[in-house]
Amino acid sequence: MAIELKMPALSPTMEEGTLAKWLVKEGDSVKSGDILAEIETDKATMEFEAIDEGTIGQILVAEGTDNVKVGTVIATIAGEGEEASSSPVRTEPVEAPSLPSTPPEEKTGPSTSSGQTEERVEKPAATERASDPAIPAGTAMVKLTVREALRDAMAEEMRADDRVFVMGEEVAEYQGAYKVTQGLLDEFGARRVIDTPITEYGFAGLGAGAAMGGLKPVIEFMTFNFAMQAIDHIINSAAKTNYMSGGQMRCPIVFRGPNGAASRVGAQHSQNFAPWYASVPGLIVISPYDAADAKGLMKAAIRSEDPVVFLENELLYGRSFDVPDLPDHVLPIGKARIMREGSDVTIVSYSIGVGLALEAADSLAGEGIDAEVIDLRTLRPLDTATVLASLKKTNHLVVVEEGWPICSIASELAMVAMEQGFDDLDAPVVRVCNEDVPLPYAANLEKAALVDTPRVIAAVKAVLNRG
Amino acid sequence: MRNDYHNPDPEKLVAMFERMLVIRETEEYLGAQFRAGELPAGVHLYIGQEASGVGICAHLGDEDWITSTHRGHGHFLAKGGDPYAMIAEIHAKSDGICGGFGGTMHVADVSRGILGANGIVGGGLGIATGAAFAAKLEGNGKVAVCFFGDGAANQGTFMEAMNVASLWKLPLLLVCEHNGWSEFTRSEVATSGRIIDRASPFNIPGFEADGNDVADVWRVSGRALESVRSGEGPALLVTYTYRTRGHVEAEVNFLSQPYRSEEEVASWVAKDPIERGAALLAQGGIAEEEISAIRARVKASIAEMAKRARSAADPDPARVRSMMFSAAEA
Repeated sequence: MAIELKMPALSPTMEEGTLAKWLVKEGDSVKSGDILAEIETDKATMEFEAIDEGTIGQILVAEGTDNVKVGTVIATIAGEGEEASSSPVRTEPVEAPSLPSTPPEEKTGPSTSSGQTEERVEKPAATERASDPAIPAGTAMVKLTVREALRDAMAEEMRADDRVFVMGEEVAEYQGAYKVTQGLLDEFGARRVIDTPITEYGFAGLGAGAAMGGLKPVIEFMTFNFAMQAIDHIINSAAKTNYMSGGQMRCPIVFRGPNGAASRVGAQHSQNFAPWYASVPGLIVISPYDAADAKGLMKAAIRSEDPVVFLENELLYGRSFDVPDLPDHVLPIGKARIMREGSDVTIVSYSIGVGLALEAADSLAGEGIDAEVIDLRTLRPLDTATVLASLKKTNHLVVVEEGWPICSIASELAMVAMEQGFDDLDAPVVRVCNEDVPLPYAANLEKAALVDTPRVIAAVKAVLNRG
Repeated sequence: MRNDYHNPDPEKLVAMFERMLVIRETEEYLGAQFRAGELPAGVHLYIGQEASGVGICAHLGDEDWITSTHRGHGHFLAKGGDPYAMIAEIHAKSDGICGGFGGTMHVADVSRGILGANGIVGGGLGIATGAAFAAKLEGNGKVAVCFFGDGAANQGTFMEAMNVASLWKLPLLLVCEHNGWSEFTRSEVATSGRIIDRASPFNIPGFEADGNDVADVWRVSGRALESVRSGEGPALLVTYTYRTRGHVEAEVNFLSQPYRSEEEVASWVAKDPIERGAALLAQGGIAEEEISAIRARVKASIAEMAKRARSAADPDPARVRSMMFSAAEA
């Protein structure tokens, strides 16, 4: 699947700019941190760097084009047959984007028509996606990456509530290790967008204390792998405070960042902690798949009076989805979403696994198997009612999880099905998870260890006895 | 103009003496209840250390924050927490400050700025730093005081808190109550160097006080808090003291041999902060009868509260699944 490169925003309020210069051409190989283009506004010039790796496919907006709207697809990157991305490891920092420094200057050069900036990239035809009943029918949509949706959610909540602040490693000056906080420092200043030292236990505890002290912190972990050093505060300080104080002390905090396997970053940088956090009473755990849910649920998370662990996925950051063009798109916490309606089998997943489930469902449709796909979205509290209602209809349940199989969300759902849906099961629940090993480094080993669409398809056929 | 904090005036001394007595009477009662099998759990008593918490909290208002430790009863009471609500909590009653959900290691009263005792050694360091951060961000003039022990000073979070608090000039007073023991391990075998010397590499001023002399603690913490309130950033205060009771009252049931000598304990009992407080009052011209009257009044008051707490209702078991998610999400 091609990755769309969109006209970036230098700040949350920027609406359009000039694509001053391309520094790559079609067919070039790029990796994370490569400078792709120079973008100008009347206030500043910015280097636009690659976040994903791959080959430049098409350049869709010529250099010198003025008034390119933020979000316009300006080029595509073809991945290497799979979703490829990079991870900024601490020992190999990527180049920071240049900060606004160039004074405004008159544009005298020729400018080409901006008529060619419309989106030309066609997604592979997706079949029968169900709409989210939480979004009013007929709502206009805009295309946003998950990265932009998360940033917009934080910016909107920061505008609405002065108590909200964002803190973490590299979130301010560097604009976020994965550029999720891009532009926030510009709009909200260093008082509310705060770079921390590398001190996970320190700033997780600081966040918990600031929440108890009346603020609404959004704490970014560069990845949730590093939150292992802070898990004491997430559980002992944040999750338990309301209960063990007899309801007198709340801890309204969001711990967010990428979670799960990325690409070739090895065992210590690749794991899904969703089942760990989802097992802890007192936490809300959210792990969205698409950009609309990322935005709507991030806004809900920031507004929640409970501590929220918000698990993003690095490989999804650059993917674009339709997002409701609403001034205040907030979704309910604890509600799963039927992504595709079907009658033969229920495939339940969350985060990046939803994409695999949908691909599998599309493929299975060609073989006459009608799969229903459910995105859990929230993992605690778990929307078991939606899963059980679907099971009642299809009588077959497959759980797809990019994570280890033992003590997983998948094993929890199997138990839920046995306890509350036993009579609806025509076959044992099947789980499709990663191999039960630390994630290996070599691409072929990594591929062998991770869930993929063929495994989902095979599991569905097995549960339906259509091998 | 700088306040010299020479000596607390008699009125202040009387108030601090009374507050120390409240802690002592409450904890003597709790210790006796434990030995009589009347408490659900062992308690970590603050007996012998009262001057430290009381001398510092005498400078704080309800709006200022504190975080405490597993040995948290004294801090809770020193900061103005209600003895009845604390005793009821430790008796696991519904009248308890946390409704019987928290217990001895989690007494908290957010209305008085008490962000909780904490069962994790060093757990309060990050939280207090965060409360100080909130105070600074909101510019409301509050300070945060973090009580911790010499054992917690060996946790990495101590360094993390000092680094960030100094970097961002947070209104934070770090109070290491150095009682010489990490559970059953002598400080000398667990701690390299002197804890007070850990402040200066972070550009944090260090203060030391006799933790068994409430007037000294009051004087020195007054200066330290003045520095903190002036916006110059955090300060570290080490109060040298001793717990004359065990690490936990339950230890009599599992210790196979004593870990410290009777002479060592006796040498600190001789420096008891309450008797030294009484001596200070006498020196300040307070009559012996008045001191005795304060003792009798506190004793009667705590006894009455304890009696009431014992007969309070147990928590309603139906509430066990309450408070998990806020109403909006339930």
